Parts: sequence; structure tokens; C-alpha cells
Amino acid sequence: MTDTRYLAPQTLDEAVSAFAAAQGAARILAGGTDLLVQMRAGVATPGLIVDIKKIGEMTRITENADGSFTVGAAVSAASLEDHPRFGKVWPGVLEAVNLIGSKQVQGRASPGGNLCNGSPAGDSVPAMVAAGAVLTIQGPNGRRQMPVEAFPAGPGKTNLAPGEILVSFTLPARPAGSGDAYLRMIPRTEMDIAVVGCGVSLTMKDGVCTAARVGLGAVAPVVMLVEDAAKALVGTKLDAAAVAAAAAACSAACRPINDKRGTIAYRTKVAGVLLKRAVAIAAERASRS
Amino acid sequence: MSKMHVSTTINGEPMEFLCESHDSMLDALRGPLGLTGAKEGCGTGDCGACSITVDGRLVCACLMLAVESEGKSLGTIEGMSQGGELHPLQRKFLEMAALQCGICTPGVLIAAKSLLEKNPNPTETEVRFGLAGNLCRCTGYDKIVRAVLETAAEMRGAA
Repeated sequence: MTDTRYLAPQTLDEAVSAFAAAQGAARILAGGTDLLVQMRAGVATPGLIVDIKKIGEMTRITENADGSFTVGAAVSAASLEDHPRFGKVWPGVLEAVNLIGSKQVQGRASPGGNLCNGSPAGDSVPAMVAAGAVLTIQGPNGRRQMPVEAFPAGPGKTNLAPGEILVSFTLPARPAGSGDAYLRMIPRTEMDIAVVGCGVSLTMKDGVCTAARVGLGAVAPVVMLVEDAAKALVGTKLDAAAVAAAAAACSAACRPINDKRGTIAYRTKVAGVLLKRAVAIAAERASRS
Repeated sequence: MSKMHVSTTINGEPMEFLCESHDSMLDALRGPLGLTGAKEGCGTGDCGACSITVDGRLVCACLMLAVESEGKSLGTIEGMSQGGELHPLQRKFLEMAALQCGICTPGVLIAAKSLLEKNPNPTETEVRFGLAGNLCRCTGYDKIVRAVLETAAEMRGAA
């Protein structure tokens, strides 16, 4: 293996300078559950590893005064699960994060890494899309924000500019009557990669859906926001016809591949089925919030 | 490139070692630190044979860089028995023959201990999900799950 330098800066500015100065030879280390596997396989041979876990902003979960949450990019799945409030406000996001690997993997793996890995099948991503998470990104030219659905650019690719680092996710304040859910289809009960993943976030008022967002994973080169599915739900009482229309919109949005995990036809059909089930769970949670 | 110097705490003892920046924690444990209880099964975080705790969190030592242990507190299988006394999980695994070849056992024990610390009264389903990151190719898991449930009951009774 070639020489690798390891850096664990205390500030984001240091991390960004070092990362940008390495001009593509550097990799960011959060939980390392993808990076170390890639290094071992010889797929990644970074000249510099920038460990971001000593940076406060990267490892903090903050419930802001307005009710929104800011989750640092290097927060582990296990820390998110231990947070006293996060899972109560965003149970769907938490259940998606908790589907990533084993307890051992969750001790280190982060939603930030899950997103930056760029897999179309990353479990936390459709749930974050449904939640309407906004990303904070910092690079040599300063900070910018981006909706999470604009981040993936293709399998293994993101829309980070050279030298930019994902800093945090901000999940908006939750109006009363809101609920979210994430479901994935795998052929076993645990420890597998999604064949289809579907995140739904709803807000209900007097039995009527006033806001909805739907995220779909593993059915296209990137995780998608399915606006047509949300449109089919908003303004309805989530009756069978409305949910069926939203399910059809999900199936219509699919551009999947055939592979050993599932065929195009199977994935397209299952996307609609998961939407229906996730809507039911999200609506039930909304009725209790 | 010169080796990096790392100061850490393992099973309550301050330890220092030298490593390459790309070495995994498992490389360091099994190499310079001479703690060979954690095993390398897959090296990719799938099998759990290298399970350890870092500041109380269950992790795979193969998915962590050795340099990341600087200033941390690690727990390995070598620290599980106290003063020559086996941990109740270790004793129960022997009594109930919850192991065969033994390669997965250190990782299973560390993961089971971490599970019971969080949840002293798990259901069978919770034990099976809690140990989903530990592969065993001998036992078929049933004896492992039963031994963990029995230990949990015994530890609750003793508490």
C-alpha cells in the first residue's frame, strides 16, 4: 500500500483546507465502514485521510429553538438512536438509519457517510429526502446549502464540488399532526441491501393530508424525490384511490436495473406496494403526534 | 514513512503502540498489542469476529483505523473475565455448549455483553437482531441465543 497520511483536525476550516489542498487524493473519514473496506480491497488508495470526528459541528445532534434538528455528518447511527428526542420526532428517519448494517456497523456508520457513498440503495437517503432535509456543505469558497435530493449524481457520485465537505443535515421543524416512515424490501430479515426503499413524510390536519414528501431508493441511478406521489396524497383523506394513485406515481418514477437482487418488473411493482404500506405507518404516527 | 505513536486504554490499562496510518485497529490488536482474542474473519465488517467496544460502543475492529484509538477506551475479550472469574456469559456459553470451533465466540461474547448492558431483558427476537452482525458457521445460532437468554435471566436474578 502507498503511504497514507492521517489527519484529525479540530476545526472545519482546517479540514476543508487540508482536503482541498490534497486535490482529490484525500478521503474523508467518518465511520469508515465504506472507506476501510474500499482501502482493503485496493479500490481506494488515499494519500490523505481526513478524520472529521474531532470537529464538534460534525458529531453533534442539535434540536434547534424552532424545532428543527441539525445532525452532524459524522454522527453515528448508534448516537442518533441514543438521542432522547430525535427518534420521537423523526421515527422514520431513525428506522432507516437503523437498517444500515449490524450493531457493530451502526456503532460507527453515519447518515453523512451513507449519503456521500452515493449508493442508490443507501437506506437513510430516501427517508432524509422524505423528511425534506437540507444539507450544509463547506468548501474552499465557503458554505452553501442544498436539498438532500439534489446531492446524489449517480451511482457512487455526488454533486459536491472539488474540495467540498458535507457538514450536516438540517431536518425542518415538525408541525402537529406529522409522521414519517421508511420501509425497504430485502429477501431476508436483516443485513442486506435494499431491493427497493421508500420513505414517506406526511402532515395531517382534520383528517386531510396537508403536506407530503416521498423518497424512493434502489429503483434508479439516484435516490429520488417523487413529487407526483406527494401531489396524489395532498388534499385527500388518504383514501384507497388517493393512495393507489400515489403508488402508481411511484411505479411510474422507477428507472431500475435488472440484477441479482431484483428484476425491473419486480422493483417497479414493489415501489408502489412499499409506498402504500409506508403511508399507512406514517399516517398512524401522524395521528399520534 | 515513520510509524505513528498511539496512546490508548485497553480493558482499563493504559497502552501505547506504533502503527502505520492505514493499519486497522484489528491489525494493531493482533500485532504490536499481542491481543489475539479478536479474530479476523472477513475484514469487511460482515462477520463480527473482531467485535470490540470503543468508549462503550460496539464496533468492528477491522473497520476502524488503529490511529483512531488515540485517547479512547477500548474493551476486548481479554478484559471480559475479572480476576480469574469468567463473565456470566462466558460461563453459560461453556455450560450450554454455545460454541463449537470458537472462532466467532470472542466477537459473539462482546456483542452479547453490549446487548445485555443496553437491554437486560431481551426477547429472543431482540437477541437475534442484536447478534445479526456476528456470523457463526457451526452452531446454527440456537445454542448461542439460548445461552444469552439464560444468562440474561440469571443476571437479572442476581441483580
